[in-house]
Amino acid sequence: MTSLRGVLLRAVVALAAAGLLVLLGLPLAALVLRTPAGELWHRLRDPLVLDALRLSLVTSAGATVVVVALGLPVAYLLATRSFPGKRAVEVLIDLPLVLPPTVAGVALLAAFGRAGLAGGALHALGISLPFTTLGVVVAQAFIAAPFFVGAARAGLADVDRRYLDVAATLRSTPARSFARVMLPLALPALLAGAAMSWARALGEFGATITFAGNLPGVTRTMPLEVYLALQNDLDAALALALLLVAVSVVVLVVVRSGTGGPTSLGAGARRAAR
Amino acid sequence: MKPWLPVALALALPAPPATLTVFAAASLTGAFTELGRTLEARRPGLTVRFNFAGSNQLVAQLEQGAHADVFASADERWMRMAVERGLVAGSPAVFARNEMVVLVPAANPARIARLQDLARPGLKLVLAAEAVPAGKYSRQVFANLAAAPGFPADFAARALANLASEEENVKAVVVKVQLGEADAGLAYRSDVGPAVAARVRLLEIPKDRNVTADYPIAMLAGAGDTAAARAFIDLVLSEEGRQVLRRQGLLPAPPVP
Repeated sequence: MTSLRGVLLRAVVALAAAGLLVLLGLPLAALVLRTPAGELWHRLRDPLVLDALRLSLVTSAGATVVVVALGLPVAYLLATRSFPGKRAVEVLIDLPLVLPPTVAGVALLAAFGRAGLAGGALHALGISLPFTTLGVVVAQAFIAAPFFVGAARAGLADVDRRYLDVAATLRSTPARSFARVMLPLALPALLAGAAMSWARALGEFGATITFAGNLPGVTRTMPLEVYLALQNDLDAALALALLLVAVSVVVLVVVRSGTGGPTSLGAGARRAAR
Repeated sequence: MKPWLPVALALALPAPPATLTVFAAASLTGAFTELGRTLEARRPGLTVRFNFAGSNQLVAQLEQGAHADVFASADERWMRMAVERGLVAGSPAVFARNEMVVLVPAANPARIARLQDLARPGLKLVLAAEAVPAGKYSRQVFANLAAAPGFPADFAARALANLASEEENVKAVVVKVQLGEADAGLAYRSDVGPAVAARVRLLEIPKDRNVTADYPIAMLAGAGDTAAARAFIDLVLSEEGRQVLRRQGLLPAPPVP
């Protein structure tokens, strides 16, 4: 009886897993199969495409730096403290996940645009975000932040309190404990979160085109280039999409093998769930 | 078959609950939603569903097997494409036209008073990308104006040098002007509905230099309820339909030759 149940359970798990792998893998396989090989090579030598690729790599890296620099303190506070308004902060950080990206772009314009709430203050500082590369970074950071903060928070919360207590008995300051104990232990989760953020920033389309616009070399990142190609040349769009996927796969594999720890991007969250 | 037979049948049988699916260009959203409600009121039991998107996307969806009864395109090119691919039953009829207008924010931060000002260096111009019909028309308008008296010969090049962004659809151009982020943009007249009109100012393009787009409508080969599809097309082509379309900023169709 037990063994029959076991077999059934295994079958269900295997079927479910196969279903998801087909759902995720088949479109990718179709992308590879439908893209003429010559087209890919041809696109790689198109200066417009190289511009878009370079712009995408620079802005997504910039957005990741911003997200990590501003997100780590927030993740630390959420993981270790309770304070009034904590729930509100949590909801605020998750909000970009549910907001349709084009709506996020309009909200960003209403906040940081020339005529937006903070537009006057930014102008006084000599900063203009819409239609600039800096605007692309802001849009990507907005969309990508929850991915890092979520993983970093889970990773930091996962650090065993006893290690910190021991450090405290050794007269370690909280700052020193954070740098020498918490950070190394949570590093795999932080890197996984950063990689996830980066990947999301790289694929960002809606908020970018709405907030930052679409101009070759300035704000036209790879996803925008793919979308424009889709308007009149399906082969070109497929080739560009494949190129984008290939670049992100290479970077994600490098990041993952570099950390040695997590076997997938969700590792941080998985560790926290244990 | 006797011509009165379908009518007699239609009268004799109770109308079954039916759904009419209309694929229409995004610029028809306002007008067609209203006409759909009108038809529903006249044919109890009928539900009219719409799929509004870029004409090119609609053709792509139809090609991939999406089911629809009626297709209305924002330019003849995509209707021609649909006809060539055998998606259309019968011949398309032009029911409306659209033309381009220049939009500036109501506050007009760049103080644009006439079309020539669009070539002034330093202002932020936003257009639809060239791959989008509206983007193609915008560039055509600039070329036409460059050849017009009172405009410098390099007007088009100088105006395009002010390009701050190429949007993936024409509605995004309207949004950027409405929000005051762009100093000027080009869009269809039909994009300037009442809600938009309060937030923008229009600069008219002389008729002889403007570009007009024809809107064709046709029944699709896979139409289920052909009577309902025909009724909707007739309503769009009727005087009543023309009035609704005109209210949404679309121009009446050219007279049938």
